[in-house]
Amino acid sequence: MSDTTHPPAAERRVDVAGQWTLMWWKFRRHKLALWSGVFVLFIYVIALFASFVAPKDPNAYAARYAYVPPMKVAFMDRDSEGNRTFGFHTHGWKVETDPLTLQKNFAPDPDVRIDLRFFAPAPEPYVLWGVLPMNRVLFGPADATQPFYPLGADRLGRDVYSRVIHGSQVSMTVGLVGVGISLVLGIVLGGISGYFGGWVDNIVQRSIEFLKSIPQIPLWMGLAAAIPAYWSPIAVYFMVTVILSLIGWTGLAREVRGRFLALKSEDFVTSARLDGCPELRIILRHMVPSFSSHIIATLTLAVPTMILAETALSFLGIGLRPPVVSWGVLMQEAQNVRTIATAPWLFAPGVAVVVTVLALNFFGDGLRDAADPYA
Amino acid sequence: MPMPDSADNLIEVRDLSCHFFTEEGVVRSVDQSSFDLPRGKTLCIVGESGSGKSVTARALMGLTREPGKIVSGQMLYRPAPGVVPIDLAAERSGGQLYRSLRGAAFGMIFQEPMAALSPVHTIGTQLLEGVLTHEACSRAEARNRGIDALQRVGIPEPERRFDQYGFELSGGMRQRAMIAMALACRPALLIADEPTTALDVTTQANILDLIADLQAETGMTVMFITHDLGVVAEIADEVAVMYLGRVVERGDVDTIFHAPAHPYTEALLNAMPSVHARRGTRLPAIPGMVPHPFARPSGCGFHPRCHRFVDGLCNRREPEPVDLGAGHVARCLRLENSKDQKEAAE
Amino acid sequence: MTPILSVRHLKKHYHLKKPSLFSAAQPSVKAVDDVSFDILEGETLSLVGESGCGKTSLGQTIMRVHAVTSGEVLYRMSDGREVDLAAASGKTLKAIHREVRMIFQDPNGSLNPRMNVRDIVGEPIRMAEGLSGRALDDRVSDLLGKVGLRPEYLTRYPHAFSGGERQRIGIARALALNPRLVVADEAVSALDVSIQAQTLNLLADLKEEFGLTFLFIAHDLSVVRHISDRVAVMYVGRMVELTETEALFTRPRHPYTEALLSAVPIPDPRMRSKRRRVRLPGEVASPINPPSGCAFHPRCRFASEICKIEAPQLRTVDGGLVACHHAEDLTLDGVDSLGVAAE
Repeated sequence: MSDTTHPPAAERRVDVAGQWTLMWWKFRRHKLALWSGVFVLFIYVIALFASFVAPKDPNAYAARYAYVPPMKVAFMDRDSEGNRTFGFHTHGWKVETDPLTLQKNFAPDPDVRIDLRFFAPAPEPYVLWGVLPMNRVLFGPADATQPFYPLGADRLGRDVYSRVIHGSQVSMTVGLVGVGISLVLGIVLGGISGYFGGWVDNIVQRSIEFLKSIPQIPLWMGLAAAIPAYWSPIAVYFMVTVILSLIGWTGLAREVRGRFLALKSEDFVTSARLDGCPELRIILRHMVPSFSSHIIATLTLAVPTMILAETALSFLGIGLRPPVVSWGVLMQEAQNVRTIATAPWLFAPGVAVVVTVLALNFFGDGLRDAADPYA
Repeated sequence: MPMPDSADNLIEVRDLSCHFFTEEGVVRSVDQSSFDLPRGKTLCIVGESGSGKSVTARALMGLTREPGKIVSGQMLYRPAPGVVPIDLAAERSGGQLYRSLRGAAFGMIFQEPMAALSPVHTIGTQLLEGVLTHEACSRAEARNRGIDALQRVGIPEPERRFDQYGFELSGGMRQRAMIAMALACRPALLIADEPTTALDVTTQANILDLIADLQAETGMTVMFITHDLGVVAEIADEVAVMYLGRVVERGDVDTIFHAPAHPYTEALLNAMPSVHARRGTRLPAIPGMVPHPFARPSGCGFHPRCHRFVDGLCNRREPEPVDLGAGHVARCLRLENSKDQKEAAE
Repeated sequence: MTPILSVRHLKKHYHLKKPSLFSAAQPSVKAVDDVSFDILEGETLSLVGESGCGKTSLGQTIMRVHAVTSGEVLYRMSDGREVDLAAASGKTLKAIHREVRMIFQDPNGSLNPRMNVRDIVGEPIRMAEGLSGRALDDRVSDLLGKVGLRPEYLTRYPHAFSGGERQRIGIARALALNPRLVVADEAVSALDVSIQAQTLNLLADLKEEFGLTFLFIAHDLSVVRHISDRVAVMYVGRMVELTETEALFTRPRHPYTEALLSAVPIPDPRMRSKRRRVRLPGEVASPINPPSGCAFHPRCRFASEICKIEAPQLRTVDGGLVACHHAEDLTLDGVDSLGVAAE
């Protein structure tokens, strides 16, 4: 009876696998979460290289092209004899103004062919991350003066595609920075609360309850109103993340407190105490590793909440304001009936938010499921 | 296999295999196991953790959980002596038959009554659920029967307990309430899965007495799963010893304790400290550990730990059940050999 | 023999929350209530009783897992000094914890699943002696060998081991600093019969090799008879009997001990009809609100008026200690009169 489904070598690998290895093995079985993780990473890479990926400056406007619909990008073309050849190009739009309503109507113009290319010249030279002077973008019209609107244009003729890409920078990092601040607050306050217990615990828990009982949107509005109007967009941006994380830490603090309370009575913690470990070592070496994976999972799930909060704040006009480009600010522009009727492509940032939040949630769920490989 | 007169068996399990198809591989939790449940008697299934004893019980109750599956074998259930048996292995666990059997003809009690008792329903509500599902009677009548049932299992103040919740009772009382629930519909078979393991000795003694009394009163058949040979000696009529998913030996309780044929049974009996043994003697322990389910030894699963291991025999071939007469069956290659030799000599 | 540990009037009360804001008295669980006994150097003293009797609390209080409510735990150090463990702190406590070690019941809960064997077993050595690297590896390998595990298992994690092997890791950790006294809290209760026997043999071997003293906390009387020199029986926070193993099992002096012995299943079906059983009515009393006088009186078949009024103190009867008003007058059944097992 040789029922050994595992070769001995594989079993030994399990024997010496630490928690992160086990977590990774468990996580990678969750395909949706795995691919969501890859996608999230992809978005962050785009955000990092936004100036390079976006063909245009997000604030460059051209009134001529206001509300231009998306231009279809084609990779194939037909040459003069009608054979299919490779040709990266798009077509321009013909504009006709309705003499009665003065509404502009766009129709594809097969005669205006705009050649595209990868590593196209940038319309303006720019400096990536403030250090790298660049004069190329990932792709764009071969002639930088030609119009190119892969996702259409807004009311000032700004490129929606470039704006969504640039918006990811702010929107995705608001999540990260906000979560970072919540993390510190949550771990410190939750840890103190859970580890020391008693009246300290009482104070922290009651504060959490108080914070949670305040209706969110009025609280945001109140705090946002406190941001002086003359502050620079960067300062406003920073304040918004602080506001978000001041509310966001409560959930994490409760999580950390619960873990501490549960771990305090574990035999292995008692054992560490009897082994002569000082308190700090007990916390850092024997307790924290037991929930660090849960914290990471919780954080991942907190990022989409932060992104949504930023979007909501900016959409309501109390968060970031133009000229900052974020997904929330962009959606504010889609805030009227006319948009729905005539320029539905202005919802593109909304799509970006939904897709990103979904991916982050799937990713976080997968992490959470994998977080305790010993269950 | 020669079938003895089987008319008086409530259940006959034949070559039952229940495998778990996990992501890491197939676990053969129960593997070609056979045993009988004589009507009105107590069968104890003994084994260490991972021997497949609980999986067997759950299979019989039709409660095999995913990713487990009964892959072969029969579980023949004969509701009355002499009738044509029903093969439970062929029934769906959620099917009509099982739904009518569970809680009526088959009752089950578990090791952890707290996990089996709902925290949001009173003892009474849970007790009556079975009665009201399976029998037509009024609520008042059912309530009286429920209070009766609690009284019968020795719960003091049954009227008050009837309206209490599981967590308000002590461990022993909870187990009594569980037994009352299992017995509410007067089952023909009570399956008890380590019901006293979590209890103290004095409470355990009371529960064992209770089960024996109720059995004498109702004539039910009991299948009792335990790892404690002391408990087996106290209550069993028949014993089946399991190791790595197989019934390695079965027979009546006296034979198993006083003339065990399988080296595992023998070793297990020797390894047990006894309140009667004087101090200072070294326990004849069984060497080694129970193998990991994915690293089952070749041949006889017990051979690496066996004190009667024969090289070239035990590690080569899987033993088949050998009938030693009077319902005593053991799976050991040495027995096969001696029997072959005997037959050859004759 | 000299006592290595003397417990004097030890109390451990856990305070509960007041049932209401206005109730005057704060209820407390008297887990350990005025317990005094000695552990002699080199012996195995077992502490038995049913769940809730306070045996685990007693062990943990001696180990100073919890603060002591009142009383003394006098420990004689290897250098001859006598220190009160109940009041020790800081450096002294650390020094005592090198000599007094603990084995836990649950081999799963007492090993951190996120640390490998080297870190688990090596932690006390690292803390006490500051060893690391190869020197630490060697020490841990050595210890693993001592408890019957392969030295190269150093880098494995607890999940790679079976329950019995995990308990051996826990034992190796307890042995790491050459202890003198080991408190084993239900150290074999969670193990299967075949593994339990191995582990008991291992503990016996280690005791001999290292000259250990054991405080063995258990509920399984068969195991207790097998390994102990003396046995103490606890009921609702108090010690009711403490005497030599043989005497306790053959001539119990306390009715509760008799009932405990009588409840142990005998692994011989032929004894079934012959034995006389003592069945206790009712339930174990609550340590929050124990009965007046002797806590056992509501369940005791010998209880008289005095038992309801006055709590009996441990006193010497026939060379053993027993807390029962009627100890001298009772003839109780031990395991032998319940039936000598066919051996």
